[in-house]
Amino acid sequence: MIVNGYTVTRATPAARVAAMLGAITLALLVAAPWWAGRADLRQLGELFLYLSLASLWNLMAGYAGLVSVGQQAYVGFGGYMLFALTMFAGFQPVVAIAAAGLLGALISVPVAALIFRLRGAYFAIGTWVIAEVFRLSFAQVSALGGGSGSSLPVGIVKSLAASRQGREWLSYWLALGAAVLVILVVHLFLRSRRGLALTAIRDNELAAGSLGIDIWRTKFAVYVLTAALTSIIGALIFLQKLRISPDAAFSVNDWTAFVIFIVVIGGIGTIEGPIIGTLIFFALRETLADLGTIYLMVLGAVAILVMLKAPRGVWGFIRDRYDLNLFPLGYRVSRTDNKEP
Amino acid sequence: MDWINALVQGILLGGLYALFAAGLSLIFGVMRLVNIAHGDLIVLAAFLGLTVTTATGMHPLLALIVVVPLMAALGYALQRGLLNQTLGDDILPPLLVTFGLSVILQNGLLEIYSADPQKLNAGGLETASVPVAGLSLGVLPLLTFAIAVLVIWGLQWTFYHTPLGRSFRAVSDNQDIAQLMGINRRHVFGLAMALALGVTAIAGILLGIRTSFDPSIGGGRLIFGFEAVIIGGLGNLWGTLAGGVILGVAQTIGAKIDPGWQILAGHIVFLLILAVRPNGLFPRISA
Repeated sequence: MIVNGYTVTRATPAARVAAMLGAITLALLVAAPWWAGRADLRQLGELFLYLSLASLWNLMAGYAGLVSVGQQAYVGFGGYMLFALTMFAGFQPVVAIAAAGLLGALISVPVAALIFRLRGAYFAIGTWVIAEVFRLSFAQVSALGGGSGSSLPVGIVKSLAASRQGREWLSYWLALGAAVLVILVVHLFLRSRRGLALTAIRDNELAAGSLGIDIWRTKFAVYVLTAALTSIIGALIFLQKLRISPDAAFSVNDWTAFVIFIVVIGGIGTIEGPIIGTLIFFALRETLADLGTIYLMVLGAVAILVMLKAPRGVWGFIRDRYDLNLFPLGYRVSRTDNKEP
Repeated sequence: MDWINALVQGILLGGLYALFAAGLSLIFGVMRLVNIAHGDLIVLAAFLGLTVTTATGMHPLLALIVVVPLMAALGYALQRGLLNQTLGDDILPPLLVTFGLSVILQNGLLEIYSADPQKLNAGGLETASVPVAGLSLGVLPLLTFAIAVLVIWGLQWTFYHTPLGRSFRAVSDNQDIAQLMGINRRHVFGLAMALALGVTAIAGILLGIRTSFDPSIGGGRLIFGFEAVIIGGLGNLWGTLAGGVILGVAQTIGAKIDPGWQILAGHIVFLLILAVRPNGLFPRISA
């Protein structure tokens, strides 16, 4: 688009190259069952699910200013809904996963109405209380195994695909599809009208409010959308695990601490950040996992260091240095030679 | 009679929760900082108490004279060395840094002390009781409640009757103007954190005498303290005590109905109060 001799563009050459490389990578990943080993396939599936959780947490914290330490509420809820809907309502597992997302959105409405009364850091701890309420409530449901949890019955597992290989491939593709869906949804949401409002709120809440943006409703939309998608990811996580218990489903370390570290290290408030963060997280885990608790301490220390010294993370550093935007959200204005007609 | 007993035990339990909450309330009041690692610091104090008592054979309550200054010094160092760098308009840095700190503390304790549940041995004090109006009240819960009242009175007095309290209130009202008046806010914040962790040390030791503890329970203690603060209303220390008592009573009554409901009942009462009175029962400042 050219206006008065200025060119307004959205996509940059770098973004076009990135989109092409992304398409090639995606094609390779879709074909992974034919070239990767079983263990690698499992590892990749887990990576996609963490990538999805990180992108969703980033949408809330990095764009909507809703810092939650209780997203495990929806991971666990989604997982339990998968088990409940397949075991008691006879849903096909893939249908149950979609239904879990819907139910996650439904339950997040009253939850949001309640915890949106808390501001800032108190909101964060409020989300944790909700996750605890979910954990303790599901521990009371004896049909789902109470405190010790339950396994997905063999019949339901087999209904997914007859052979073990078929099941592994399907759950890999589901995880990959979920990651692509989440990144796409986040990207499109941020490019939409509501996304623009969200960016305005992130930059200055007072100014955004005075321009007529309904802050509460925008944040509410983000919260519900995130809850729905997080529930779907939770259902997929426990489809891979085939076993659920309240402590595993609502673990603050597994589903929130790691996710926060991924986003902070990768770069909060960018779409690229969670992707880079997930890659770093899995690389670190491969090399340091034998250290056990020390690994977690290192991760915590790195996150603190990044937060203090480079608050925009690895991607923020790269972007500032090379002016890169792989997922273009804004517009660029540049002067063009307007001698031509 | 059983119900009255549950009620009274709940009130006394509330004293412990008020002690969990007092440190949280204090640092929020002075520097608007919410410390996610607060629960893990309580557990750290309990483990420090364990080390001191096993090394010297002291009574856990006597170990307070070692643990309280130790925690206070740690608080000052933590604030000046780390947390002061996170303060500003953005809420993300303090939240994420204290979250990272929480993970480091939890896993550090796990590395040093293992995941085994531990307990502080206070001898006869643990089981001693006095009969009051037909009820048998434990000496330890009574003592805990008395200490909680004393600590909150002490903090209140410090806030309103000492030069230190004046500088706390000054930086709380307006950091920049306080700085212009010759107050070094970094130092004042350090002192506030030292005082908060001193209180945390008391809470940790009393927790360790009352129940067994392990490195993973920090998050739960943070939540109890947080609920007491919100129920009571932000910035009101006596309100925090009331909040702790309400939470304690909700838990013991819940446990009386069904043992599995103890913690859940506390959370539900908290959420109900949040729904009806979002600013807590006795708000002093709006959040």
